[in-house]
Amino acid sequence: MDPTNVRKPDYFHKVVDCQWACPAHTNVPEYIRLIAQGRYTDAYLLNRESNVFPGVLGRTCDRPCEPACRRTRVEDKPVAICRLKRVAADLRDDVTALIPQAPKTKNGKRVACIGAGPASLAVANDLMPLGYSVTIFEKLSKAGGLMRSNIPSFRLPAKVLDDEIEMIVNLGVDVRYGAPVKSMKSLLAEGYDAVFVGSGAPRGKNLDIPGRYDSPRIHIGIDWLESVAFEHIEKIGEKVLIIGVGNTAMDCCRTSRRLGGKDVKVMARKPRKYFKASPWELEDAEEEQIEILINHEPVRFVIDDLVPGGKLVGMEFQRYESKEEGGKLVQKATDKIILPCDDVILAIGQEASFPWIERDLGIEMDKWDCPIVDKTTFQCSLPGVFFGGDAAWGPANIIWAVAHAHDAAISIHNHCNNIPLTDRPAHGMTLVSAKMGLHEWSYKNDYNSVGRAKMKHVDLVERFKSMKVEVEEGFDPEQTALEVARCLNCDIQTVFTEALCIECDACIDVCPLACLTIAPDGDEKTLRTRLTAPAMNLTQELYASAPLPQTKRLMLKDEDLCVHCGLCAERCPTAAWDMQKFDLFMPRAGAKT
Amino acid sequence: MSYIKKPAVRHPSLQANALGLTVRDYEGAMSTLCAGCGHDSVTAAIVRAFHELDTPPHLIAKLSGIGCSSKTPTYFVSGAHGFNSAHGRMPAIVSGAAAANRELTYIGVSGDGDSLSIGLGQMAHAIRRNVNMLYVIENNGVYGLTKGQFSASADVGSKSKKGEANTQSPIDPIMLALSIGATFVARSFSGDKAALVPILKAGIRHKGLALVDVLSPCVTFNDHEGSTKSYTHTRKHQLPVIEADFVPRRSPIETSQAPGTVQTVTMHDGSVVRLHKVAADYDPTDREKAWSFLHARAAAGDIPVGLLYIDEKGTEMHAGNKTVAQPLSQVPFEQLCPGSAALEALQQHYR
Ligand SMILES: Cc1cc2nc3c(=O)[nH]c(=O)nc-3n(C[C@H](O)[C@H](O)[C@H](O)COP(=O)(O)OP(=O)(O)OC[C@H]3O[C@@H](n4cnc5c(N)ncnc54)[C@H](O)[C@@H]3O)c2cc1C
Ligand SMILES: Cc1ncc(C[n+]2csc(CCOP(=O)(O)OP(=O)(O)O)c2C)c(N)n1
Ligand code: SF4
Ligand code: SF4
Ligand code: SF4
Ligand SMILES: [Mg+2]
Repeated sequence: MDPTNVRKPDYFHKVVDCQWACPAHTNVPEYIRLIAQGRYTDAYLLNRESNVFPGVLGRTCDRPCEPACRRTRVEDKPVAICRLKRVAADLRDDVTALIPQAPKTKNGKRVACIGAGPASLAVANDLMPLGYSVTIFEKLSKAGGLMRSNIPSFRLPAKVLDDEIEMIVNLGVDVRYGAPVKSMKSLLAEGYDAVFVGSGAPRGKNLDIPGRYDSPRIHIGIDWLESVAFEHIEKIGEKVLIIGVGNTAMDCCRTSRRLGGKDVKVMARKPRKYFKASPWELEDAEEEQIEILINHEPVRFVIDDLVPGGKLVGMEFQRYESKEEGGKLVQKATDKIILPCDDVILAIGQEASFPWIERDLGIEMDKWDCPIVDKTTFQCSLPGVFFGGDAAWGPANIIWAVAHAHDAAISIHNHCNNIPLTDRPAHGMTLVSAKMGLHEWSYKNDYNSVGRAKMKHVDLVERFKSMKVEVEEGFDPEQTALEVARCLNCDIQTVFTEALCIECDACIDVCPLACLTIAPDGDEKTLRTRLTAPAMNLTQELYASAPLPQTKRLMLKDEDLCVHCGLCAERCPTAAWDMQKFDLFMPRAGAKT
Repeated sequence: MSYIKKPAVRHPSLQANALGLTVRDYEGAMSTLCAGCGHDSVTAAIVRAFHELDTPPHLIAKLSGIGCSSKTPTYFVSGAHGFNSAHGRMPAIVSGAAAANRELTYIGVSGDGDSLSIGLGQMAHAIRRNVNMLYVIENNGVYGLTKGQFSASADVGSKSKKGEANTQSPIDPIMLALSIGATFVARSFSGDKAALVPILKAGIRHKGLALVDVLSPCVTFNDHEGSTKSYTHTRKHQLPVIEADFVPRRSPIETSQAPGTVQTVTMHDGSVVRLHKVAADYDPTDREKAWSFLHARAAAGDIPVGLLYIDEKGTEMHAGNKTVAQPLSQVPFEQLCPGSAALEALQQHYR
């Protein structure tokens, strides 16, 4: 087998599973170490470099990093990466003076962004320090997009959101509130050097069944949440049915509980295994005494016509029996049932829609009537017009919106400077030895077997008093101190120098997780049969050395279960194995290639 | 040495043995030897051997003398009984312990200094007595613990770290053991666990004293150019003579090898050692032939390795002394010591 090329940044980047899984590639292990050292501001800034909204994300992120976390391979629960981010955000000092500022002299280029959601804000964040003049057009009276209008304040306090939006707007962004873009054509006519569309996926899906238009008490989830956020709605009936079981449904049911809903039910067509909502969102809803009914499909709304104008009194459902056959869900209809209710909230999805984009501008649409956007450059078929966030490929989440924005900003910068969009600054890396002494490392290498910290919640009575009571209390200092110790420092890489190895086997003997093997050369498939322990994850590349000096065998490492304890390096007499800190260099717009 | 303990987390695919224990349950404390010491690899091989043999940790007794090698029993099977004797005295202590309790599995770990310098007489007599034990010499040609003086196994001409050559002729434990009637004699290399583990397993199952001389480089004081006990020298000059396979009792035995090149020896408990002859004319059951072959190869500068001699018909200490089957430690005191009247009667008999 050819020696693995560990000089390309991707190899070691993949070993940092959380960072690899994070769409914005946040340097998780490093910020966790900074928190461990009490350097909250530094931890915050490191986060902000990648994900722009650490305070918001530390409370709301979809956290794709956590299921990827290496800790889940040696123990069932991942490191609480997301809530540690919140610790940094909560305990940081004022960072105004520490973040990149816009230069006094502008570069003369004007960029228009549509929508003031996380996507557009992050684009502005990247472009302002380069001297661009950025104008954001926002339909609503406040910035933040769905973070403002849909994520309820008991999950995300307004102050946290305000602070992080201000950091960007204060760079000198020109935000026009109450300024919906109604025509792309006229916007283009204003002669901007580039346009970024960050208008999200603002249309909630409808459920067109009998009775749908016969009562004002049937709401579209995302519109209803927006009305609550802007305090246009302050009450709901006692009996509420939520249709759908995604994350929007969870916010709708929990919000209902705070606006007077006493008997709130979430109605699901399929069994729990098929729910779209994140497990933690389901748990939080159930903690608030929300009932989730499975195998119910809505049939019609039941309206009492005797009441003038029609009164919603219930909803009829088809019930099913579910079982799995050959891994597939098979549902058999059983009976029908009517459940009484005062209000129904439809939370069955949302989609992008662009009625304001004229179809003769050269912006090509696909069969779903959405613009065709390039996956790398984020440009549509009309040069100079870029898309990102939910507007690009439909609803995703905040961290994806931010990741899109960084890439779109690179494209916008290239576009404005006549650099081909495909000419993108490459990822880089640095590796620095973590050795500080014979048995001393620049990180805490001991494995701590403590379990995941449990987030404390405000009690039910207190939290139902107002929409504004944040449910999660955040980690206390003891919890933080233990939780940071659970991180396996996956960025501290094991790096091998074959010329030094004397094949004493010490590294192999000491490794607690049987990651290492010295074996005669062969192709990768054969080598996998020679490993000390069978590989659990075949998508994980083998780290293979060049032939070793004494016997020409190869040193092999299966990275999958390595806990970065550093014992291999410590027991190596020649430092053929060394622990080296990996830093990914993620270029932003304007970086030198 | 390392400051942190080896984390308890383990690979999910680790197999449990018949006792429900994984290989990690046979480990001991963290080694405090120099990083890269051959002895640590021997320790890892011992851990594997006991795990694979399903030996209950509490029925193992691990004994040693003084030296880096003699420190290693601390690093395997923490659940076993242990004893650190005075320098070179491990064989006497094992003899006593084995006499008192024949039920335990005995492993003595020693060094070339411990066994061939100060403890030569002790070792020789344990071999003659044929104590039922696995006797491992971790042979590095020096006194590692006292900073690298030549031991009695250092070859003539082998250079010390400072460049001086040894002038006294070496004691080869293999030749010595063969000449005084040892019934199980093997040599292996710490850097080759595939060969070492089956030899250790066969040695543990052998009824009588199984001597295993393991070349185990001292990475700090004897791994330089000019040393004949370094990793490089051993790799270059080792001559595989016999490769042993240990097949536990009641396991099917496949015979894929060409006849004549494989010889099988059935052990007391029914397990089998299969001996693959790498050197075709070698017979590991013929003491004289083995002796002359090994003598000639050693003179030519080769280091013959493998299970070099085995005799399952030898008489082990308890058989020789016709002791009762029950461990003496469990025989009631009145029976063990019938009293002064009985002694008087016995003496009377000889007067
Ligand atoms: C109920 C709910 C809960 C959610 N919870 C989470 C969560 O906990 N964590 C998470 O990561 N994600 C969550 N999401 C998803 C997340 O909010 C979105 O993926 C993210 O906000 C998308 O960002 P964006 O910038 O692309 O668009 P948006 O946030 O949708 O912002 C678009 C902005 O554009 C404005 N706009 C639209 N059209 C025009 C126009 N023509 N002219 C001017 N302005 C316009 C809108 O008013 C809006 O302010 C949730 C979504 C919903 C619906
Ligand atoms: C009676 C006595 N004499 C001398 C010593 C000093 N001493 C300690 S270890 C040792 C030699 C150990 O050599 P070896 O058995 O080869 O072990 P190694 O350290 O090489 O593994 C000596 C001479 C001692 N401890 N006790
Ligand atoms: S750091 Fe080294 S010893 Fe520790 S788990 Fe990883 S490979 Fe094994
Ligand atoms: S401990 Fe070092 S020298 Fe020994 S085998 Fe491992 S890498 Fe090679
Ligand atoms: S001094 Fe030599 S024998 Fe002792 S631990 Fe170090 S390498 Fe091993
Ligand atoms: Mg020695």
